[in-house]
Amino acid sequence: MSAFLPVLCVTLAKDMRLEWRSKDAINSMLFFALLVVVIFSFSFDLTAEESRRIAGGLVWVALLFAAVVALNQTWARELRNQVLDAYRVSPAPAESLFLAKAFGNFLFVIILEALMTPLFVVFYDLRTVGPPYQLAIASVLGTWALVVNGTFFAAMSIRTRSREVMLPLLLFPISIPALLAMVAATTAILTGENSPYLSLVFLAVYDIVFTIVGFFLFETVLHAE
Amino acid sequence: MKSTFTIFALLTFALLSYGLYQGLVAAPTEATMKDVQRIFYYHVPSAWTAFLCFFANFVASIWYLAGRNPKADAIALSTAEVGVVFCTIVLVTGPIWAKPIWGIWWTWDARLTSTLVLWLIYVSYLLLRRYSTAGQNPVLASVLAIFGAVDVVFVYMAIRWFRTQHPQPVVGGGQGSGLDPRMMNALLINWAGFLALALLVIWLRYRLERLRQQVEEAHAMKAIAGAARGTR
Repeated sequence: MSAFLPVLCVTLAKDMRLEWRSKDAINSMLFFALLVVVIFSFSFDLTAEESRRIAGGLVWVALLFAAVVALNQTWARELRNQVLDAYRVSPAPAESLFLAKAFGNFLFVIILEALMTPLFVVFYDLRTVGPPYQLAIASVLGTWALVVNGTFFAAMSIRTRSREVMLPLLLFPISIPALLAMVAATTAILTGENSPYLSLVFLAVYDIVFTIVGFFLFETVLHAE
Repeated sequence: MKSTFTIFALLTFALLSYGLYQGLVAAPTEATMKDVQRIFYYHVPSAWTAFLCFFANFVASIWYLAGRNPKADAIALSTAEVGVVFCTIVLVTGPIWAKPIWGIWWTWDARLTSTLVLWLIYVSYLLLRRYSTAGQNPVLASVLAIFGAVDVVFVYMAIRWFRTQHPQPVVGGGQGSGLDPRMMNALLINWAGFLALALLVIWLRYRLERLRQQVEEAHAMKAIAGAARGTR
């Protein structure tokens, strides 16, 4: 257990360095999300009032799709040169690998959100009625909900025959309750009509429960033979 | 073994036939919905059977992860498949009933949506089983089953809390109070019949899966023996 934190930090630092040099995940996610936003905005010709009402859904659907792009690369990167096999035979704790990957993906998606927010404001003429700091809470909790399960299921789907296709098939059904809560929270904040408190608490509980489940089952998945 | 199976199959057939009679003839016609209500004797037992199957799948998955017993995996697979079939029946009979009664095929109310999400989760479970390679298949599937079971709780709460703008439809002829004893009778007999049918199919599927496991094992042993001879 003493190796837990060092392994976590080293893996996270390695992923960040790789991403900083290649910018693979961020570039593909950003362009993908941009496409989704533009296509949505073409498909529904919206007034400002309408867009405030549905933007919560649009933002999270765009992010969910974009996140899958990055999540798929998480473990695919480790398949080259058999890094994942090396990890499997090493005594390093599997849980720290999982958390490092989850934190890494979390940072990518948060950066993506920061870059996307101006785009949404421009394309959908958005302006929050509720307090904007709550939007930050909702995005942190919601992103973690997507990413913690996404990292876990990416590790599962990488072991199947149809790799990239499998991840959304596993992740989306499990994420439906989280998605409902994210959309409810975001819509509540944007329209200012009701309090997002309940959905934020729900998201927090969802995050905690699935972090624990993923944390304890990850070793089983990593060593599945 | 074989004779037990035949007796059980006959019993299932008898129960289902009696249930059909009870549901279509013996049970009284409902006051407002008339004969449309009779789909209830198929819809509700299918739902209960599907939920029981999914619960059995969850227990078998934990059992598999705990002891890596291939029998547990065969149970998990067969209950999931049969559960998905019964859940599909629920999702098909529901709208057939809803269209003449509510005037719409579908509404996003808590019970409908959670059943749909449950169905989605277990379809993804079956897809995972199909696409993963033989060796790691049971482990990955069991892990997903646990995630699915945990998720069901969240699905139910989420839909109840965040989808409340839709009115809760009044389920006419619902369970509990106000159900005619003859209706209850028809419902329970049909449930017994459906449960027996589910068990029968699970039994068959389980035997098939065990056979497949044994064939695979025999192939592996043969390959190992062949490889051993080859190196000598």
